[in-house]
Formats: sequence, structure tokens, C-alpha cells
Amino acid sequence: MAPPMVLAESVYKCYGRLEVLRGIDLTVAPREVLCIVGPSGSGKSTFLRCINHLEKIDAGRLSVDGQLVGYRERGGKIYELPDREVCRKRAEIGMVFQRFNLFPHMTALENIMEAPMRVKGETQKVVEERGRALLDRVGLADKVDVYPNHLSGGQQQRVAIARALAMQPKLMLFDEPTSALDPELVGEVLDVMRGLAQDGMTMVVVTHEMGFAREVGDSLVFMDGGVIVEAGTPREVLANPQHERTRSFLSKVL
Amino acid sequence: MTTGQGTISDPTIPAARRPDAIKAIPVRHPWRWVAAVVVLAFAAAVIYTFATAPGLQWSVVGQFQFYPEILQGVLVTLELTVIAMVIGVVLGVILAVMRLSVNPVVSSVSWFYIWFFRGTPVLVQIFFWFQIGSILPFLHFGIPFTHLVWVGQTNKIITPFLAAILGLGLNEAAYMAEIVRAGIISVDTGQTEAAQALGMARVLVMRRIVLPQAMRVIIPPTGNETISMLKTSSLAYIATVGELFFIQKEISNFNYDIIELVTVASIWYLAMTSVLTFGQFYLERYFARGASRQLPPTPLQRFRRLLFHFHDPPPTGPFEPLPIDTTHLAGHV
Repeated sequence: MAPPMVLAESVYKCYGRLEVLRGIDLTVAPREVLCIVGPSGSGKSTFLRCINHLEKIDAGRLSVDGQLVGYRERGGKIYELPDREVCRKRAEIGMVFQRFNLFPHMTALENIMEAPMRVKGETQKVVEERGRALLDRVGLADKVDVYPNHLSGGQQQRVAIARALAMQPKLMLFDEPTSALDPELVGEVLDVMRGLAQDGMTMVVVTHEMGFAREVGDSLVFMDGGVIVEAGTPREVLANPQHERTRSFLSKVL
Repeated sequence: MTTGQGTISDPTIPAARRPDAIKAIPVRHPWRWVAAVVVLAFAAAVIYTFATAPGLQWSVVGQFQFYPEILQGVLVTLELTVIAMVIGVVLGVILAVMRLSVNPVVSSVSWFYIWFFRGTPVLVQIFFWFQIGSILPFLHFGIPFTHLVWVGQTNKIITPFLAAILGLGLNEAAYMAEIVRAGIISVDTGQTEAAQALGMARVLVMRRIVLPQAMRVIIPPTGNETISMLKTSSLAYIATVGELFFIQKEISNFNYDIIELVTVASIWYLAMTSVLTFGQFYLERYFARGASRQLPPTPLQRFRRLLFHFHDPPPTGPFEPLPIDTTHLAGHV
């Protein structure tokens, strides 16, 4: 059997005295869509950022595709990875942010082409072709030469998704991708994500969109206070929550 | 679109009829005219006073304005400014990036440099480089652990011009470092995170993502610094460099027309800073691309508007009168 795409074993993370993650255990299989829900401050975004080493974990083990994140293990010892290796690993994981974080001084196409050309060293011709195809796929073929400031929030987020996909990642992380959007723009972004899931992309999605979680998610975890309170299929957890904490949270958001 | 009868005949839909654009009589601003007259009168008085000042011989000013030695001085002033600014900007960017480095040794070196060069007067620094020959008569350049050594006489290597360049450039770098650092800090951290998440290495993130966005914050004070440098370069006279200020002083030492020659120099300084101000505008405009939705009008565009469309409202998109389609109203009214 293929190794899990993401494997977390008692992952701890603290900022000074504050423990943000207190023993996270979870597995994401290849082609699986995992949704993480929970109140703000529950540590779900922090956990997501640990997966591509934007944050360092303090204890436990976290691996992606069978390899430790940010470290190398040899002879029973853990070695920190040099910057170059960390970058190479990150290049294989796409990430989409709540605030889009498109590069404002580049057009939509330039945003998409930047990393494949500069990080992977692919040729302009190949990358441009792929970039245009990706923009077409997210429904923005006519926005190729437009700067991000001239795009709506939903359009910006779709460019951001295309930018992440241009690196041909094996795993996509979404950090509340629709939370900064006007309600009527949420649908277009979720549609793109739904299509991505259907194409078999492995995805970890931090979200408040319960409808999306129920419909697209293969599994769902509810986090609170830095631990996983409840995990299961979205249908189980959302329809029949076992814990009081989950129940009270869901009663407020559903 | 509105071919269906039902949609038009419904009188509760007000969107169908667009009222005429408002033709209001603009508010008059009499005080603006009063202020303009007062300012013009005052300016005229000042100009008249100096133009007719008995001690100021304008003919002498005119005689020396394009004097070959003065023109030569202008050229040297420009050379000093350009070279010192290039050193300042390049070294300043390096120092700013060093200052923000995670490596404590590197960031301390930058801190110390800025502390030292910002903390002593430029005049002293220029003078120090000019006089360095008196404390170090010979300079030794060698490769460590080899016998390859090259020795030179300090006064031959550090010419007055080089002394001025070192003094001005190294001092400027300290100021530019702080300007660049402020620019780098002003860029949203989400930009760095997004770039890192794409696998971009630290140097690449800085060069491709952070610095280009920092430019918007860096350019205006850098223009300021360049204009300042143009004038500060006059301090090079202490190192006997033949720049504009030094030359005019040399001339007035002979003919005693002190004020006239200072006026000649001032006119040149003003002319040069005016050109720089103009250049700065276009540079800022270039780096604003993608950041603002509408670029500010160029001076030429503003001038045209002033001449031909003085009373038009400013050209902002949404208020431009739209062609009113009245065809669908035919049956209604």
C-alpha cells in the first residue's frame, strides 16, 4: 500500500508558553480530501502551516509522502534540513491562503509563471502554455494580463489556486480559502476546488463551509484547543456529533 | 433586452428611466482668487526687490552662468552625485538585507556600519578620506598567506575626487539602508509566505517578490536623497574637488563678485534639482503599476486638462455620462 500523503503523530507546537497544538494524530491517504473545522484559535491553520514547514513543530512526527517535514532521520538522530531542501519539499505542496496573497506587481499569468520558472527552472514556453490552460480551467482565460487589484476576491482566489497548481503539487493545502470572500463569490471558488477533488488531488482544507465538507470531503476532523476532538466521515460528524463541544460548535455554524 | 412588454409596463421599476445628468452651478470660490492675487503681488515684490538690488550685478551673473569653468563644475557635481548615489543605493540595499538577516553576525555588522557612518558628519568623513594619507602614507594590498603584496602611495590612490566619492557614498549608504529597510518591512508578510509556500528560496523571495513591492516605499525618499546629494556634493570643496561650489568660489576669490557667483551656482543647483523632481515622478508612476487602479496623470496630461477642460469635472470613470437608451421608454411615456 502507498504511504499516507500526510501522517501526523502527536504533533505539538507552541508559541512561547502557549501550546497551540497538543498532540495531533491524523492520516491523509493519497487522493483523499480532509476537511478541518473548528473555532478560531483551535490550531487548525497552524497545523496546516506545519505541513509545509512554514511553522516548525516542537514535538512528535509529521511526514508528507513518507518523508519527515523539515528534518531528516539518520541513525536514530534527527537532522534539520538545509534551506534548499526545505524549499524543494515545499515546491511539491501547493498552498492557498485566506487572503489570496497574489503578487500585486505581476499580472495573473506572471503570478502563475513565477515559481515554475524560477524554482523548477522550466522553460517559459512550457510554463506559459500550462499557465494559460490553468487560467482557462479556473474560468479566467480572459484575465491573463490583468493585475490582481483589478480582480474580484473570487477571481483572485481562483488565480491563487491556479498559481499553486502550476507547480504540479502532489498535495494541496487550503487555509480558509473562502473566508475573506463576499458570500456570492464563495461558490465559484468552491466549484474549482470541487473539480480538483474529482480529479483526484489530495487536499487538506481548513474551512467553515460545512456544505462543501459534507459534499466533497472524504473525512472531517473537528479541532478545538489544539487537539482533535472528533474525527470521522463528514456525514457522521456533522449529522451525529458524539462530543458536546462538537455539538455546540456545529449548532452555531450550521 | 427589454423586448417583453411585461417588464416595461411595470411602473414600480425605476431603473428604466435614467434622469439627466445634474447640471449644477458650481460653488464660487472668491477667496481662492484673493489668495492668488496676494501671492502673486508678494512674489512680484520679492522679485522686483532682488532684480533691482543695487549691490547685485545681474550682468555678471549672466556673464558667468555659462562660463566654461562653471559648466565643468556642473559636470563634476553631476558625476559626484551619480556615483555617490549608485554606491549609496547598492550598498544600502545590501546593508538593509544584512540588517534583516537571521544571521546575528551579519545583522550586527550592518548595525555597526549604520551607527558609525550615520553618526559622524559627512564633511568630516570627506575630510578624513582626503587626509588619510597623513596617517597611512602607504596602502598595502595583499592576498593573505601568500607573498603577493602590492604597495601604493596613499595620496596617489585616494585622489581628492575619490575621497569625496568615498565620503559621500559611504555616508549615503547608511541612510539608504534605513530607507530600504523601511520599504522591506512595509511589504505584507503574506507575500513572503506565499512565495515560500511555492518553494522560493530566501534570496529569490527578496529579489523577485519583496524588493519590487518595497520600491514603492523606497523611491520617494530616494528621490529626496538624490536631490539632497546634489547639494551635499558641494561639501567636496573641502577636498579641493573642482565641483560647482568650489569653482564659483575660486572665481569669486579673484573678482570679488561673491554674491553674483553664488547666484550662478544656485541657479544651476535649482535647474538640476528640477530635472530630478521630474524624473522622480515618472519613476514613481512606473512602480505604482498594479498597485493603484488608475495611474496619476502626467504633468503634460494635467497641463492639457488645465488648458482645454478647465471646467470639466475630474475624469473619474463612474461619473462619465453614459449614453441614455430611451428606445424602451417610447411606449411608457
